[in-house]
Amino acid sequence: MQAALSFYGTAVGKKMVVAVTGLFLFLFLLIHMLGNLQLFAGPEALNHYAAFLHSKPVLVWGFRVLVAGAFALHILATLQLFLQNLGARPVPYRVKRTVEIDYSSRTMIWSGPLVLLFLLYHLLHLTVGSVHPDFSAGDVYRNVVTAFSLWPVAAVYIGANLLLGFHLKHGLWSWFQTLGLAHPRYNRWRNCFAWLLALLLATGNIAMPVAVLAGWVD
Amino acid sequence: MKLDAKIPGGPLQQKWSDYLNDIKLVSPANKRKFEIIVVGTGLAGASVAATLAELGYRVLAFCYQDSSRRAHSISAQGGINAAKNYPNDGDSVWRLFYDTIKGGDFRSREANVYRLAEVSNSIIDQCVAQGVPFAREYGGGLANRSFGGALVSRTFYARGQTGQQLLLGAYAALMRQVAAGQVELHPRCEMLDLVVADGRARGIVTRRLETGQIETWSAHAVLLASGGYGNAFYLSTNAKGCNATAAWRAYKRGAGFANPCFTQIHPTCIPRSGDYQSKLTLMSESLRNDGRVWVPARKGDRRDPGDIPEAERDYYLERMYPTFGNLVPRDVASRAAKRMCDDGHGVGPSGQGVYLDFAAAIERLGEQAVRERYGNLFEMYERITGEDPYRVPMRIYPAVHYTMGGLWVDYNLMSTIPGLFVLGEANFSDHGANRLGASALMQGLADGYFIAPFTLGHYLAGEKPPALDTSHPAFADARRQVEERIGRLLGIGGPHSVDHFHRRLGAILWDKCGMGRRGEGLEQAIGEIRGLREEFWKQVRVPGGAEGLNPELEKAGRVADFLELGELMCRDALERRESCGGHFREEYQTEEGEALRDDANFTHAAVWEYRGDDQEPARHAEPLNLEVVKPSQRSYK
Amino acid sequence: MKLTLHIWRQRDRGDRGRFVTYRLDDVSPHMSFLEMLDVLNEQLVGRGEEPVAFDHDCREGICGACGVVINGLPHGGFPGTTTCQLHMRHFQDGDEITVEPWRSKAFPVIKDLVVDRSALDRIAQAGGFISVRTGSAPEANSVPGPKEAADLAMDAAECIGCGACVAACPNGAAMLFTAAKISHLGLLPQGQPERERRARNMVSAMQREGFGACTNYRECEAACPKRISINFIARMNRDFLKASLLHGRERGGKRQAR
Repeated sequence: MQAALSFYGTAVGKKMVVAVTGLFLFLFLLIHMLGNLQLFAGPEALNHYAAFLHSKPVLVWGFRVLVAGAFALHILATLQLFLQNLGARPVPYRVKRTVEIDYSSRTMIWSGPLVLLFLLYHLLHLTVGSVHPDFSAGDVYRNVVTAFSLWPVAAVYIGANLLLGFHLKHGLWSWFQTLGLAHPRYNRWRNCFAWLLALLLATGNIAMPVAVLAGWVD
Repeated sequence: MKLDAKIPGGPLQQKWSDYLNDIKLVSPANKRKFEIIVVGTGLAGASVAATLAELGYRVLAFCYQDSSRRAHSISAQGGINAAKNYPNDGDSVWRLFYDTIKGGDFRSREANVYRLAEVSNSIIDQCVAQGVPFAREYGGGLANRSFGGALVSRTFYARGQTGQQLLLGAYAALMRQVAAGQVELHPRCEMLDLVVADGRARGIVTRRLETGQIETWSAHAVLLASGGYGNAFYLSTNAKGCNATAAWRAYKRGAGFANPCFTQIHPTCIPRSGDYQSKLTLMSESLRNDGRVWVPARKGDRRDPGDIPEAERDYYLERMYPTFGNLVPRDVASRAAKRMCDDGHGVGPSGQGVYLDFAAAIERLGEQAVRERYGNLFEMYERITGEDPYRVPMRIYPAVHYTMGGLWVDYNLMSTIPGLFVLGEANFSDHGANRLGASALMQGLADGYFIAPFTLGHYLAGEKPPALDTSHPAFADARRQVEERIGRLLGIGGPHSVDHFHRRLGAILWDKCGMGRRGEGLEQAIGEIRGLREEFWKQVRVPGGAEGLNPELEKAGRVADFLELGELMCRDALERRESCGGHFREEYQTEEGEALRDDANFTHAAVWEYRGDDQEPARHAEPLNLEVVKPSQRSYK
Repeated sequence: MKLTLHIWRQRDRGDRGRFVTYRLDDVSPHMSFLEMLDVLNEQLVGRGEEPVAFDHDCREGICGACGVVINGLPHGGFPGTTTCQLHMRHFQDGDEITVEPWRSKAFPVIKDLVVDRSALDRIAQAGGFISVRTGSAPEANSVPGPKEAADLAMDAAECIGCGACVAACPNGAAMLFTAAKISHLGLLPQGQPERERRARNMVSAMQREGFGACTNYRECEAACPKRISINFIARMNRDFLKASLLHGRERGGKRQAR
């Protein structure tokens, strides 16, 4: 326990917690996306998949607890690091210039909270259904199609997933660096890999609202 | 002044081992009771502080830098010598000893130099164990390269940053002892006086540079490892903060100062570019392994180097010294460059420069190989000059680099004040009239790791200096003198900055006590320096106060000391009526323009004794009874 | 050339500090940045004002004493260049230059552009060494070291401890400095016995000093005058993770009395 605390007590330890929980959340997102892509296979497939999940409450709830825990740790550690970083430079520079920082790394700190806000909306929208105009428990397919037929809703989903893509791009690259997976020979692939997976996830998720809006799915 | 070198008897090869068998030891329980002050944290200071702490002494270490890791040893580029004979080219302790004593033009003590060569191998072992990343060969063994003044490859190196890596090794050892509570380290804390109580060195007075606080510290012995005095010349390759104050204060408290005129001018520095120039940058001597030095054969030839055909170039070192070629020792190379420039062959805007050309090496080895060997040096050159040395030959000119002279010490590294030990560049001991490349790092670490820890123990066990604290009146007295001097400097309020005087001192020394010296010039210089000193104490302006960080005040105190030391350098140069090593009296030269020694009259170390500000110092001589080597005309042809 | 300088002036640790503007009329392109400041200071002394305090020593890019933030970038932002080796030919006539000290909670300003970097020494004290007694070392060639590892260790060992990595990091983290030392020693055979302890202790020391955390911005690598790679940060993380996972095994060799 003491070892775990002293590990978590360092910024490097916290970063590793963020990295490991981040990867877990990414894997969850990947499975979530793959399941949802059954939208393209028609109402039966998707609704059947949903029904299958609901028939295994232990599995689903167990998974939900794990995901929620990962989220909590991911956010807690990030928040603590954020506060540490705020305190590390009490007097700012008058001239601020950077050389290497790219868009995705600079925006981590607000792409995170925005994605979190979106997540809350998404849960209320398509899981609980309380902010859905016409929610019908069990008919996932219909819920999704009616939701995305409204262009502002679709736009929110598209925007949020773009943001998530950027968040993941930096997150996945950082994952290697933070956990010490670096070798000159493979380093350039880390960036490609991060781009590829982030793109995959964002495209998969965005494909659904786009398809509904375009009328490919109804 | 009594100068007893205390050289042990017996054959040269046995002296050090016999000495170690005979010395008195301090018991572990008693080591805890001894407090030792170490001033300076370069190679010598950091290594001795760490080693003494490891042995159990209580160590107080001081440096003026913000971190002990920044001492100027860090700037040494080329390497460190040792007689390991890894390349199997016939090296031995004897050869390293002989090369060093010959390189010093037979003006150093045989016993000291032999001991230096003897412990050289242990230094390499120690540094490797500490994690110094020396260059290695593919087989995993250590690599060597050759350096000026030697016909064997005995120089160990870590790229062009050997001094940095060795110092970081010693710094790491020191940090380990600081963490263990054995060393109390005081950075940004400058020694301003030595306290001598009851005939022994018993403490120091310091100024905290950040707050201006003056403090006194007592100890059972004081070790000075405060470096050389090359900055007396203003422009040198030394760091801006390097100063002689610690050594000079010790001299004024009774320590003999030996051979102050023995200063080394390094042949390969980047020429100066303007009046604002604040320092000169050295390009490692290792460059002469592959670079060829030349000037245009025709006087005043201002063509671009690329337009001068091979036949109209004078590779003068290869021409004059066919055996050693571009690898002649530093003093020889420097003087040759000066002669070429004085004769009108100099290159560059000022005419004070010669070419160091890598075209042949690039052709022979390929640009990649040259880049691997010297890449960081080439980059540094390009950053400073804006010229690409892969395309255009470098321009180089000699610059003040190292001072062989320093406080006189006996075989135990103890000065003429009992309890005051002097290590590294601050002492005079091992390099005679000229230091060979890659020997300074060796000496600093030899003194710090392997010599002083034993000789100091011998002193403490034998003399048993009694306990004494800063309530002794000598401390209050020294402190008052320091405060008065600071007050005086701040109170002058004249029109000129400290640098103004420092630059003028530098110009006098460089012209009249630099690469070439003449009797009448030195006499003039002594008068000029005296005048300048008087002017300084009337006309300098030191802004700010005694409290708080005040870099101008720090500089003022150091320059005030250089203004006294500079005179002693000239006086010593005047009295040494011969040429040897870096000391070249133009009146004493061979027909070919080489240094002409006078062994009958000057095979001695000149040791100066302070006798008060209004009296001339006394010159004493320690005869160097050379028993084993036969002084010969130093020939590198 | 003519320059306008906005320089941070601060009397001591307690002072709030402010920018003061100076004009310099006759700057040669061959001067170094510090020589330009020397010229300014000489003029200030002539006018009876206090000169600008800045840390510097070797002026050849190796001691690590100098370092100011020039127009928002530590050491001016030229690759592989310390402030003392930055020459004025990189500036244009009429330029305005803002000069600030390193900004970090762990580096309090002492005066003007001078900061207290002793935090870096304390990180080194936590484990930046190999514990070997003077005189106890084995023959140097008795432990062969692969050339590649020695070269890589040297890449890390070149760190000059100037603190530009901290100054450049938007989070004020000291990861590159710490990683360079951990990697230098961890890459050598001599550094193995203390490798894990070193990683753990130095990372913890970094935390105590109030530095920020790494978010992989890579600004440190860009600012490092010795161009030290962030691959060493990954290496440090790896060593730290390994050390943390295996922590405690060294006291597990004997059955404990109850």
